[in-house]
Amino acid sequence: MNPRTLFDKLWDAHVVVPETPDTPAVLYVDLHLVHEVTSPQAFDELRGRGLAVRRPDRTLATLDHSTPTLPPGPDGQRPYASAEARAQVAQLEANCRAFDIELHGWDSAERGIVHVIGPELGATQPGMTIVCGDSHTSTHGAFGALAFGIGTTEVGHVLATQCLLQRKPKTLAIHVDGALPPGVGAKDLVLHVIGRIGVDGGTGHVIEYRGAAIEALSMEERMTVCNMSIEAGARAGLIAPDEITFTWLKGRPRVPQGEAWECAVACWRALASDAGATYDREIRIDAREVRPTVTYGTHPGMAIALDAPVPAPRNAPEARALAYMRAEAGRPMRGMPVDVVFVGSCTNSRLPDLREAAAVLRGRRVASSVRMLVVPGSEAVRRAAEAEGLHDVFHAAGAEWRVPGCSMCIAMNGDLAQPGQLVVSTSNRNFEGRQGKGARTVLASPATAAASAVAGFVADAREVLAEVAA
Amino acid sequence: MKPITRLHSRTAVLPDENIDTDRIIPARFLTTTTRNGLGKLCFHDWRYLPDGADNPAFPLNRTEAHGCSILVAGRNFGCGSSREHAPWALLDFGLRAVLCSEIADIFRSNALKNGLLALVIDAPAHRWLLDHPGIELAIDVAGEFVELPDGGRIGFALEPFARHCLLHGVDQLGFLLGQSQAIAHYEQTHPEAA
Ligand code: SF4
Repeated sequence: MNPRTLFDKLWDAHVVVPETPDTPAVLYVDLHLVHEVTSPQAFDELRGRGLAVRRPDRTLATLDHSTPTLPPGPDGQRPYASAEARAQVAQLEANCRAFDIELHGWDSAERGIVHVIGPELGATQPGMTIVCGDSHTSTHGAFGALAFGIGTTEVGHVLATQCLLQRKPKTLAIHVDGALPPGVGAKDLVLHVIGRIGVDGGTGHVIEYRGAAIEALSMEERMTVCNMSIEAGARAGLIAPDEITFTWLKGRPRVPQGEAWECAVACWRALASDAGATYDREIRIDAREVRPTVTYGTHPGMAIALDAPVPAPRNAPEARALAYMRAEAGRPMRGMPVDVVFVGSCTNSRLPDLREAAAVLRGRRVASSVRMLVVPGSEAVRRAAEAEGLHDVFHAAGAEWRVPGCSMCIAMNGDLAQPGQLVVSTSNRNFEGRQGKGARTVLASPATAAASAVAGFVADAREVLAEVAA
Repeated sequence: MKPITRLHSRTAVLPDENIDTDRIIPARFLTTTTRNGLGKLCFHDWRYLPDGADNPAFPLNRTEAHGCSILVAGRNFGCGSSREHAPWALLDFGLRAVLCSEIADIFRSNALKNGLLALVIDAPAHRWLLDHPGIELAIDVAGEFVELPDGGRIGFALEPFARHCLLHGVDQLGFLLGQSQAIAHYEQTHPEAA
C-alpha cells in the first residue's frame, strides 16, 4: 500500500460509500457533539419528518454558549441574558429528553464548553471522526481525530443518519522545527502561524501539525493549536497521537479499559503518517523565531509579536481595521491601554491555562482600570483549579472567577465589553463586535492576558514576572 | 429546497475582504431557535447606527443596492463560525447569490444547502465585478457561468452534487436516508462503530 498520511487513514476508515465524480463520499461520524445554539432547527427538522436520532449513544450534548457564568440568584433563578437565551437552553433540554440524548446540563458535574468536555470525558479518541455544529470542533484534532465543524442542516443529517456527505479535502503539512523559546507557548505559536499563512491560508485543507516543536507540546497545548486551525480557514487540524496522548487519555471515563485499552493504543499508534506520505502543500516554521504574539487588527491573521511595530496597512480594509482597533502603524501593541481581560474559551480555559494566568497574578493585583474575568472551560476544570487554590489567586488579585461557559469568547450570554473597550482575550476571534458591539479585541496567551491585567496595558509576561523577582 | 436554474439581478458590492460570520449576523442574535426572520438582523452592526437609523456608510443601504439579489464581496467571504444563521440571514435579507474569488468552506457548504448560490470566480473577474457595482448579471447554474450585459461569460465550478441538488431541488437528507443499508452495513462491519 502507498504511504498514507494520518488524514488519509482517518478518511479511509470512515468511508461508508466512496465518492464518485457525481456524488460526495458518505462519511461515518463516530461522535456527534451538540450544543444549544446550532441544534434547535435541526431537531425541528427531524420532528417535521418524523425521524429518530440514529445513534443517541454516539451523540453527546452540553450547555455552554448562551449560559450565564454567574450562579443562580437568591431566587434560585439563573441570570440569563434574555428570555430567548433561557428558552434556547430549555429547548435543548427538551430535545435531549425527547430524542434520548445524553446531556451534560446544569445538574451535571461534567458540564462545560463542548470542546473542553469531549476530551476530558475521553469521548474524544484518536482515530475517530468527530463533528459538531461549531467551527472550533477542530480542537479535537489534537488527539489524532478527524474533527470539524458543520452547519445546522448537517447537524440534522448526522442526527438522522450518523453520516455526512463530504468531498475529500486537501492536506497541508505545517512542520514546526526547533523548540519554542522560554516564556513562549502554544497560543503564541498558533497566532504566529496564522499571521504567516493568513486567515484563508488553510481553506480547503486539513492541516497536520508536525515536527519537534509540536511533539514537545502537552495535550492542552496541542488543543490550543488545533483549536485555531479554523482561524486559518482550514477544515480541521491534526496532530498524530503519541505517548503524550495515550498518557493523557488513560483512565478517562469513556476510553477503553484493561485489555481493550492496550488494544486501542496499538491501533492508535499506527495512525501516524507513514514515512514518505505526501501532502498537497507543506510549510515550515521555525519555533525559535516565535515570540509572545498578539493580534492588532480585526481578524486572527493580523498577528504580530507583542513588541513588533504594527505594520502599515496595505489596503483600505486593513486601514479600517487599524482605525477600529485604534492601533497605530509603526508602534507595537505593547503599551496599549487595556479595559478588560478575559481568560477562558475553548482555546485557553483548561487547567494549565489557568495556572499560567495565576502564576502571573500570584502576589499581584489587577490594575484598577481593568476588569478581569476568568472563566474555566468546564466544571471539572473549575473543581481542579479550586482544589489547588487558583480561584483564591484570582480573587486576591481582583479578578472575577466564574462558572464554566463560552462567556466573553462569543459574548452572547451577557458577558461582554462595552463599545470602544479594549479586551485582551485568550479566545480565538477578534472580529469586529465579537466581544460586544464596538469592542476591540486583542488575542493573546493566558500569560500575556494576565500580565496585561496587572500592567493595565498590553504587556509582556516575562517582564512582569521579572519585575518582582528583581 | 426549490430548484434553481437561473438568476437575474443587478449586483451590489461589499468590497471588504474577510467579511466574517459575526459581521453577517452578530453572535448575540444566535439565541433564536428558528431560521426565519433573520433578514432584519443581517449585517446588523454595520448596517445600523447606534440609534437604529440606517448607516449611510454601509454600501447595501444605498438606493442603488436596493433590490439587488447578487452580492459581490471581497475575498474570503463568510470566514469564522459555522453558524448557518449567516446564510439564513442573507437569504431573508433578499440575497440569492454571493460571488467571490474565495469563500470560506463551512459558509459555502451551508449556503449551497439553503439555495444561496455561493460561487467562486477567478480573481481578475472578481476584481472587475468589485469595480463595477450595479451591473446586471444572469447566473446560469446548469451552464456554470455568469453572463455579463455584453454577453461575456465568467465561469464558475460547482461541486457536481451541489449543482445537481440546486438544479433539481434535491433533498440531501432524503438522499442520505436512502443510504441507510450501506450505513447499517458499515456499522456491522466496523466493530468500533457498532
Ligand atoms: S468558547 Fe468560543 S469558540 Fe469555543 S465553542 Fe464557545 S463560543 Fe465557540
